Amino acid sequence: MSAMISINNVSKWYGDFQVLTDCTTGVKKGEVVVVCGPSGSGKSTLIKCVNALEPFQKGEIIVDGIAVGDPKTDLPKLRSRVGMVFQHFELFPHLSITENLAIAQVKVLGRSQDEAREKGLKLLDRVGLKAHAHKFPGQLSGGQQQRVAIARALAMDPIAMLFDEPTSALDPEMINEVLDVMTELAQEGMTMMCVTHEMGFARRVAHRVIFMDQGAIVEDCDKDAFFGDINARSERARQFLSKILQH
Amino acid sequence: MNYHWDWGIFFKSTGVGSEIYLNWFVSGLGWTIAVALAGWAIALLLGSVLGVMRTLPGKLLPTIATTYVELFRNVPLLVQLFIWYFLVPDLLPTPLEMWFKQGISPAASAYLSVVVCLGLFTAARVCEQVRTGIQALPRGQNNAALAMGFSTAQTYRFVLLPQAFRIIIPPLTSEFLNIFKNSSVASLIGLMELLAQTKQTAEFSANIFEAFTLATLIYFVLNMSLMGFMAWVEKRVRIPGMMGGSK
Repeated sequence: MSAMISINNVSKWYGDFQVLTDCTTGVKKGEVVVVCGPSGSGKSTLIKCVNALEPFQKGEIIVDGIAVGDPKTDLPKLRSRVGMVFQHFELFPHLSITENLAIAQVKVLGRSQDEAREKGLKLLDRVGLKAHAHKFPGQLSGGQQQRVAIARALAMDPIAMLFDEPTSALDPEMINEVLDVMTELAQEGMTMMCVTHEMGFARRVAHRVIFMDQGAIVEDCDKDAFFGDINARSERARQFLSKILQH
Repeated sequence: MNYHWDWGIFFKSTGVGSEIYLNWFVSGLGWTIAVALAGWAIALLLGSVLGVMRTLPGKLLPTIATTYVELFRNVPLLVQLFIWYFLVPDLLPTPLEMWFKQGISPAASAYLSVVVCLGLFTAARVCEQVRTGIQALPRGQNNAALAMGFSTAQTYRFVLLPQAFRIIIPPLTSEFLNIFKNSSVASLIGLMELLAQTKQTAEFSANIFEAFTLATLIYFVLNMSLMGFMAWVEKRVRIPGMMGGSK
């Protein structure tokens, strides 16, 4: 399997403060990688570097053969090929669900309104929300909004999907409906990089787990090794897991 | 107070041609509206561009916009008007200067000066509102738009501005009303708008109380109607499920 996303020695600073230290990892085609770690560990920053929402000062990130940090890279084009789902959904509140699904297909990919609409509705059906097509984001629950957000990203036919804490802002009862969609996506072979605290999801779905602390990648290993051989893990990862796995 | 009220005065002949005083008020109102609307068109367009500039990354464009705002906001409106009317024409290339001073009627040159003056003055204030409207939006909206592959221009056009303008309708309404009220400065450079016609009526007829009462009433009704219009606009563009919008 070839590397879809490769992150090589990436470091990032906010002024004097270093938020990422020498991060090196990758996501292969069809692989599902979960990134976890305590808040402030840099996991959201790292995933935002992958589609250049955050700049980084050192190292390189290659997505499908294209260097993200290269000033010559056509960032809008690159981003249009990588789907992203955010913690706070970030649907466009002034557009209906149908328009949310269609707008980037039309304006970025140049698809016709009809084609974009049809594709949007198909994906909306897939996440079980076809009946809500005419509504506005503010009229949906958090879980529904996040499912629409996933459908919106999928409508661009992405080569990979980035999830930045997709369930952290949800009520507990809505988490599963979103995780189900993500699980299905993973089973279909989508390349996924997910920042999440959902260790159950990681256990079930992920191929690899990355654990970050203080801006550095502390663990980067096979899912079975990460959860199975707890004594082989670093002290910091053990502490984190012992706290998070109690739930 | 020994004052002889005469509300019939508005229907009496002015002694100038066949006009009655009411004709003067109607014509004055016409100029007031013509000044304010043309000034508002400039203010809204330029103010929006400047407001966007202030929120762009980088240094140069925000600095230009900030300088503009400080310059136009910190010099009294009347001083600005005198500069545009008395000084700027002398600085123009000779053909343009001659055109301004002799080629067009005195009313037209006064009109041009006051429209430019009010437009540029109000643009500084509109700029600040557009800027705050954009900055009030969650940062994630910008990220979500970029992540879909939108260019910066598309992000503003399709995602940020439609939301920002909805937020700032109430303060924009204030500015819209202000430009109608501020248009009365035009009377000081001889444009026969509403205030100038009121003063002229008072001087010709000696019915100063009636004249100013009518002028007050006209300004009041005009501004109340504008407020009503803007409230209608606000309601029309309200987003379902958001910001007090109906479900």
